Amino acid sequence: MPQLKYYQAFNRALREEMARDERVILMGEDVGASGGIFAQTRGLHAAFGGSRVRDTPIAENGFMSAAVGAAMTGLRPVVEIGFEDFLTACMDPLVNQAAKLRYMLGGQVSIPLLVYTFGSGGVNAGPQHSQSFAAWFAHVPGLKVVMPSSPADALGLVKAGIRDDNPVICLLSKKLIGTTGEVPEDGVDHVIPLGQAGIVREGTDATIVAFGTMVPVAAKAAAALAQDGISAEVIDPRSVSPLDFPAIRKSVEKTGRLIVVHEAHGQFGPGAEILARMSEEAFGVLKAAPRRVTPPFAPSPFTPSLEKLYLPSAERIADAVSSMVKETA
Amino acid sequence: MTGDLNMETAERLFRLMCEIRTFEIVASERYRNGDLPGFIHLSLGQEACAAGACAALEEGDYITSTHRGHGHCLAKGAEPKLMFAELFAKAQGYGKGRGGSMHIADVQAGVLGANGIVGQSLGLGIGAALSMQIQNKPNVALAFFGEGASGAGIAHEAMNMAAIWKLPIVFFCEANRYAELSPYEVHVSLENVSRRAEAYGFPGVTVDGEDVFAVYEATRDAVARARNGQGPTLIEAKAYRWHGHYEGDPQNYKTEDERKNGRLFDPIERFRRESTIDADRLEAIRTEAETKIRDAAEWAAGLQSPPASTLTEDVYAEAEHAAA
Repeated sequence: MPQLKYYQAFNRALREEMARDERVILMGEDVGASGGIFAQTRGLHAAFGGSRVRDTPIAENGFMSAAVGAAMTGLRPVVEIGFEDFLTACMDPLVNQAAKLRYMLGGQVSIPLLVYTFGSGGVNAGPQHSQSFAAWFAHVPGLKVVMPSSPADALGLVKAGIRDDNPVICLLSKKLIGTTGEVPEDGVDHVIPLGQAGIVREGTDATIVAFGTMVPVAAKAAAALAQDGISAEVIDPRSVSPLDFPAIRKSVEKTGRLIVVHEAHGQFGPGAEILARMSEEAFGVLKAAPRRVTPPFAPSPFTPSLEKLYLPSAERIADAVSSMVKETA
Repeated sequence: MTGDLNMETAERLFRLMCEIRTFEIVASERYRNGDLPGFIHLSLGQEACAAGACAALEEGDYITSTHRGHGHCLAKGAEPKLMFAELFAKAQGYGKGRGGSMHIADVQAGVLGANGIVGQSLGLGIGAALSMQIQNKPNVALAFFGEGASGAGIAHEAMNMAAIWKLPIVFFCEANRYAELSPYEVHVSLENVSRRAEAYGFPGVTVDGEDVFAVYEATRDAVARARNGQGPTLIEAKAYRWHGHYEGDPQNYKTEDERKNGRLFDPIERFRRESTIDADRLEAIRTEAETKIRDAAEWAAGLQSPPASTLTEDVYAEAEHAAA
């Protein structure tokens, strides 16, 4: 299988979908001839022209609203919001418009819209460029939320998101942007259904559910745990909403132990939802109280030494799993 | 006063204004009776804006509207029966009874919807215009908004983008003297909102919002510009909102004198005074319009509420779209 970097796989997804369907357009700040800060849109302007690949002013509220209006009238817009933190500048068109128009208008419209953005910390980007808002959007009926953790998933989830008739928020990872991974051969139409979790590593003693950037970190923790004789299963939900809870439950039915890891804060985060559902739907299979490994309830610091403490590490994850397994052996 | 308009267009404008007037009066009556749930915002006094602007549009053109959108929807061709069904929260309404007054839309007729968030009509409107431009369609979009929305960031963002991209759009500001509960001067530093267009490099005009012909002609010119690829125009129609921000608003921000005399601003009476059409003919049109609208309300009032099974319907579009 060929290898691509994360941003290259993302670029391939856009290129394939724009070639496949002329209703797909791309808009955002610097998506055009410049090719984007991370080279994520390189070559698309040359391939598809300035009408379909359109640089916008720095006006997130306005161009997101415009994308919703375009989606109501025959186009399938893809919108870049450079950093996940900037989604706060366009909450209204996403939450009050895109998510609700179909319902409010009695099913007269669908809003085929893919919004992608670069989130995640670990690159010393400071409090306004490092946040993880998955839970904010997963809380809104009408939106879907995905978090690709590998080049192959970036390819498959973005393609699925563009083809979906609903607004989909794709939270990409800055930290993973230059990482390399195997992807299907050119010409293979790699589409990962939204709402389908992936099993990153199989195991029998504990289930680690990890999102986005935390997936490779959790995999590293699982590898370390294996050295100590603990077999951890790592699940990547890939979609935050819809959430493949059956896949998580199935794994925990096998292992009896659940640890959720994410870059979002613990308080009201994705892990809170997963732990709540486990308690409601499968309390009896738990051998130990489930846990979350998350950053503290504080903004993400710029300070390299403090950010290292801030983000969940493989060591912290392994310690959490290890102590849980030992306490309930 | 009819300028170069033919008789048919003049009668159409008058009929539209009468339908809107009756629709709003009936909505007000029904609301005060407790027949309509939620809250509603009426456009009494602003009939010439909706009628004049929409009459200058063609099939395939789009409008985006506001929380005060009944008149716009009617004027662009929405069915009064289905509009009332929505106000009465009935299953047959445009939003299956789930949207209500602030979310009436008839996408087939080009009505992309009234909207509950002030300013979004401009953003959604340039989106529709962008869509027409990219798809090489000959159609245009018209975004209604008020002087209150003109101070929202999105109004600036949308006008800026429309100018940069030369989008086929008409920005139509109904300056109705009040934004929510406070007067024009609280919201706008200029005498005329239309002057804002200078900042973006496209034409801005202020017209008398009591004069349906002036509104129609200004919009017709702006639509022609948009259709010819010459980009946006900002039209400001000076109008007056008879009622409060919402039905039930005590309007203590209006003086006694204003409450009494405000309704002298009346586009329908102005038409009667200045039109060359025979008074009996106009009265016949008004009667037909009133009957049509009152019948629509009666019909809608007798419908059933949507079944419980529809509570979570239409949250997501279910099927992924077919291969292109």
